[in-house]
Amino acid sequence: MSTAAPGTRSGRTAAGPGAVRSRRSALLAGAGTAVVLGAAVLAGVWVGAVPLPPGAVVATLLDRALAPLGLDVPGALEGTRAAVLVELRLPRVVLAVLVGAGLAVSGAAYQGVFRNPLADPYLLGAAAGAGLGATLVIAYAPGQHVGPVGVVPLAAFVGALVGVGCALALGHVAGGSQSASLLLAGIAVAAFLAAAQTLVQQQNTDDLREIYGWLLGHLGGAQWSDVGLVLPYLGVAVGTLLLCARPLDVLAVGDDEARSLGVHPGRLRLLVVVAASLATASAVAVSGLIGFVGLVVPHVVRRLVGAANARVLPVSLLAGGAFLVLADLLARTVLSPAELPLGVVTAFVGAPFFAGLLWAGARRR
Amino acid sequence: MEVVGLDAGYGRRPVLSAVRFTVAAGGWLGIIGPNGSGKSTLLRSVLGLHPHEGEVRIDGLPLTAMPRRDRARLLAYAPQLPVLPEGVSTRDYVLLGRTPHRPLLAAPRRVDREVVADVMGRLELEALADRAVVTLSGGEQQRAVLARALAQQPRVLLLDEPTAALDLGHAQQVLDLLDRLRRQDGLTVVSTLHDLTLAGQYAERLTLLAEGRVVAEGSPEEVLTAAVLSEHYGARARIVPGPHGPAVLPVRGA
Repeated sequence: MSTAAPGTRSGRTAAGPGAVRSRRSALLAGAGTAVVLGAAVLAGVWVGAVPLPPGAVVATLLDRALAPLGLDVPGALEGTRAAVLVELRLPRVVLAVLVGAGLAVSGAAYQGVFRNPLADPYLLGAAAGAGLGATLVIAYAPGQHVGPVGVVPLAAFVGALVGVGCALALGHVAGGSQSASLLLAGIAVAAFLAAAQTLVQQQNTDDLREIYGWLLGHLGGAQWSDVGLVLPYLGVAVGTLLLCARPLDVLAVGDDEARSLGVHPGRLRLLVVVAASLATASAVAVSGLIGFVGLVVPHVVRRLVGAANARVLPVSLLAGGAFLVLADLLARTVLSPAELPLGVVTAFVGAPFFAGLLWAGARRR
Repeated sequence: MEVVGLDAGYGRRPVLSAVRFTVAAGGWLGIIGPNGSGKSTLLRSVLGLHPHEGEVRIDGLPLTAMPRRDRARLLAYAPQLPVLPEGVSTRDYVLLGRTPHRPLLAAPRRVDREVVADVMGRLELEALADRAVVTLSGGEQQRAVLARALAQQPRVLLLDEPTAALDLGHAQQVLDLLDRLRRQDGLTVVSTLHDLTLAGQYAERLTLLAEGRVVAEGSPEEVLTAAVLSEHYGARARIVPGPHGPAVLPVRGA
């Protein structure tokens, strides 16, 4: 235990063995993550095949934002370069923020609700269901649209929800509200749906390229309509999860003790799983299967701010967004003009980073 | 607090049948019995964590019909093997005890922090407040769990083997503390205790469970007799009377 320097307000800057992050250092970490997210978004919009000067980017954004007030900001981009910014880069970066934030918050919530650090948003069949839905549509009904929305995102969205729905139903039959039976049900459902997806894919080898393109995750071709498609679902789901942060902390002491503290673990678990699955399904619908974000971002965040979910969930939101924007930036610049699959980049960049973090943590101990 | 005609089981196997006991406000009831006699199941049934028949009343109010939050304000529980969350400070852990008193979604209020600070002071946990609760020693963890239960400000404290993980000195410290709290605040304590000497020294009354039934109840002097221990524990023991209750001395057979 260290003692606080005289005159400082906080006497809790403890840093001895087993010390938990103080509220102030958690707040700093949160603010730092927000700054990183802002910087990532700016980098995401000005780096690309058509170089856009940072000053002009900021001016254009301000100009568009202030236009309804009748204000004009000098130095804004015009013509093609304005279109590149507003119609190509901006929706892609915004979508990356939304998808990354949704996956990271869902992952943190899943890990809390199952008291299992290996839980991720794809655990209960969301990924396998989405994969099957998308594969079916690519193989048997390519190029269809429902209104302005492509049928692949819709099929992926529905598939993800059906997958989780089956897991919940099976888990309920098998063991009520217990987390272990729900996990096992999820594993069974995911295995079944993944096998079905493989079968469909193997019967339609002509579409392999497109199917893999989808499965490996992508944000190329992102449009404002995609943002509009996911934002309502993602907003409701992530909002619900953030509200559940404190009750989730109670769940960390086990179902019995949570009950003795006046909480209903079964109801809370169901609410959190449904909200996290809705967020995951929305994210998956527009981006395909992007791994690693939901599993690892919450762990990194816990190292920064401690285990209290009231901190972990909001900071995961920021960190997940920032991480995916940067990963997407790499995906489209490393082999430009070709693009790397985003799900490959997240693991390629994220895994060594995480390994380094584990190593640093072990050395400190 | 009153428990009447309590039956419970696992599947079709009955574990408790027609268990009844009464504890006066501010009293300490020790529940003793050989391994597998249903002590922990009894506590879990009283808490509503285990399905059961029969009635549990506090001040005449039946607990069974009560919403879970209301129940949690009357009844706090410290299990034999508490689940301690990773990466959570002792202070935040104790703060969980305020859950039934504060709006579920909101941040802790000032009164919550004050109650926690008070309880931690009384259990001498202030110096450990910022340590992760999983890194504390066994005795410190036991105090943290007690602090969490006390932060619930309950009328009745249910403790499952509060001294199981503790050496003799720490066990006595915890029991002395419970005795003080009960006398100061009028807290009612119901605890299972497998150490019969500690049970005899600290509990006001004892209930002996064997095979899911109450086979003896009364003051420690009445319950802890060589004949009772031989019949229900299959044990050879000498009872040594003392100023604070009897001590049980195991004796080797011939």
